[in-house]
Amino acid sequence: MSASALPALPASDATRHLPFWLGAFGVAAAVFLALKLIGNEYGYYAGYFILQYVVLASAWNILGGYAGYVNFGAAGFMAAGAYTAIVVRKAFGLDLIPGILCAAAFAGLLGLGTGYLTLRLKGVYFSIATLCLAVVLQTLVVNWDYVGGSRGAYIIRPMTMPGFSSYGEYIFTVMLVLAVIAVGVGRTVEHSRLGRGLQAIRDNERAAEAVGVPTLRLKLIATTLCGALMGVAGAPLPYYSGYLNPEAAFSLSYAVNAIAMPLIGGAGTWLGPVIGAVLLGSLQQAATVTISSALNLWIVGWILVIFVAIAPRGILGWFGKR
Amino acid sequence: MEFDLNLLLNGIVSGLLLGGLYAAAAAGLAVSFGMLDIVNIAHPALMVAAAFLVVVVGTALGLDPLLTALLLAPVFYLVGTGIYTVYNYFFERRGDEALQGLAFFFGVMFIIEVGLVMAFGPEQRFLDPDWGFVTWRIGEIDLPLRMLVPALFALAAIGLLYLFLHKTFTGLAIAAVAQDAEALRLMAIDPVKIKRLAFGISVALACIAGGALIVVQPVEPSSGQIFIGRVFAICIMGGMASLSGAIMAAFLFGVVENVTATFAGPSWAPAVAFGWLLLVLTFRPQGLFGRAA
Repeated sequence: MSASALPALPASDATRHLPFWLGAFGVAAAVFLALKLIGNEYGYYAGYFILQYVVLASAWNILGGYAGYVNFGAAGFMAAGAYTAIVVRKAFGLDLIPGILCAAAFAGLLGLGTGYLTLRLKGVYFSIATLCLAVVLQTLVVNWDYVGGSRGAYIIRPMTMPGFSSYGEYIFTVMLVLAVIAVGVGRTVEHSRLGRGLQAIRDNERAAEAVGVPTLRLKLIATTLCGALMGVAGAPLPYYSGYLNPEAAFSLSYAVNAIAMPLIGGAGTWLGPVIGAVLLGSLQQAATVTISSALNLWIVGWILVIFVAIAPRGILGWFGKR
Repeated sequence: MEFDLNLLLNGIVSGLLLGGLYAAAAAGLAVSFGMLDIVNIAHPALMVAAAFLVVVVGTALGLDPLLTALLLAPVFYLVGTGIYTVYNYFFERRGDEALQGLAFFFGVMFIIEVGLVMAFGPEQRFLDPDWGFVTWRIGEIDLPLRMLVPALFALAAIGLLYLFLHKTFTGLAIAAVAQDAEALRLMAIDPVKIKRLAFGISVALACIAGGALIVVQPVEPSSGQIFIGRVFAICIMGGMASLSGAIMAAFLFGVVENVTATFAGPSWAPAVAFGWLLLVLTFRPQGLFGRAA
């Protein structure tokens, strides 16, 4: 039940990947240098905020955009990642990077489990199950004293990091690399047999099944990938804020943004979530500074509703890319 | 904890009373989700919005909360028809229900919840009608009116709905519309009109349930989230389109949840809903009381 069961990419496809990765790391390096020149700690703070949504939106897009299966539990998966990072730090003293790997593994398993139980049915049931998953994970964490229960958990983050001017710069750089990886994974999926199979499922699942697409297996791979990437998006969160409580980790704003961003940018394309995350993320960062945070979340809700109604293909749809 | 028969009996009885509230919440969903195939995940949020409005209007006019809910139900009916009109125009007509339609209802739910936080603050609200402090005792079993009256109120509303769906032509048309909209068209009935009516009724039921909810327990803007798992689990368990199935499932669910809360602690109650939902989806997706398709 792994991606290796699928045939490898044809050579012509593989060569097109090299310019993308070079370009993506080029853009990342440019962003990094620009922020370093500005040299303001807030720049890293705001940059991290937007980049975590790039990861989250790209993750949602793998299942929601390509296969058309809506995951409402982004906050749950993200919090699962964040709390995994806290647990492995408390239990084994592991730092940020191993924490991210553990978070990916745990959240991936969580995605696989949820998918295995519900994906044989209509897609709606999967969506409802993910919605409840977040509520239940929150119940578990609130009742779990080891990670602080409802009081929350502290992570004393170091003041400095060798090789970086500040810890803020370090954690921003980590998130930048994660974002590049997440977008790259999304793009690789889109051009692989997995992505084509998922698109076939979205357009007509029965027809896909009839022509021999292994629908359940592809959906399970996609939920696992999606869950793992969402966990990755959440893992650095306690290091970023230094403190994490269930209310912040399971905030509904993650769930709504994870859906709104790909849909606004253009779901089902690797670039769409990036556009949506940068636009909505910047908007919210600006709005949080200038107006209240409740009002700015309210605006996101309205943007989502208006966009899915008027522009169901998102911003990329305006350019007739599909 | 030592096993206590009285505690168990009381747990079961108050679970049944709680089930009445759940039945009201799930009955509306059985109409929209079960019969019309519209996945209205904003249903619990609408219910919570109704509870807040009952507090505001009921306190302002000095009316009984359940009476207030009844008076507000027509308003919610109109809201429901409005939501359905938008949904039909932008999503159902285009065949975009699956992804965009779900996202639409999620957005509606989010707007309601954050709107409530902005309007009323994140604090809990509650109401204490005079009869809310009375408790009847039958033997060793407590029957608090705070639980009993809302349950009976909810069951009466569901009873009326049942009669409407089974005895009137329009009601039968609602049951038929999801199965074969074309056949309705052949009988010179506009399926969109029928669906709009039915969706309005389902949202009006959310208002009734909201009125019952605010009497039973304090409500905060995010209360709806816990109810999503509950009402969908009950609805699926009850066999989707079946009102009587939903009621039975609601009672069963109320008892299981309440007994769990009594013996394991109330903070574990939400986990029951989800575990139950997963079990049902895995082993009996057609519902406990439903027939296999």
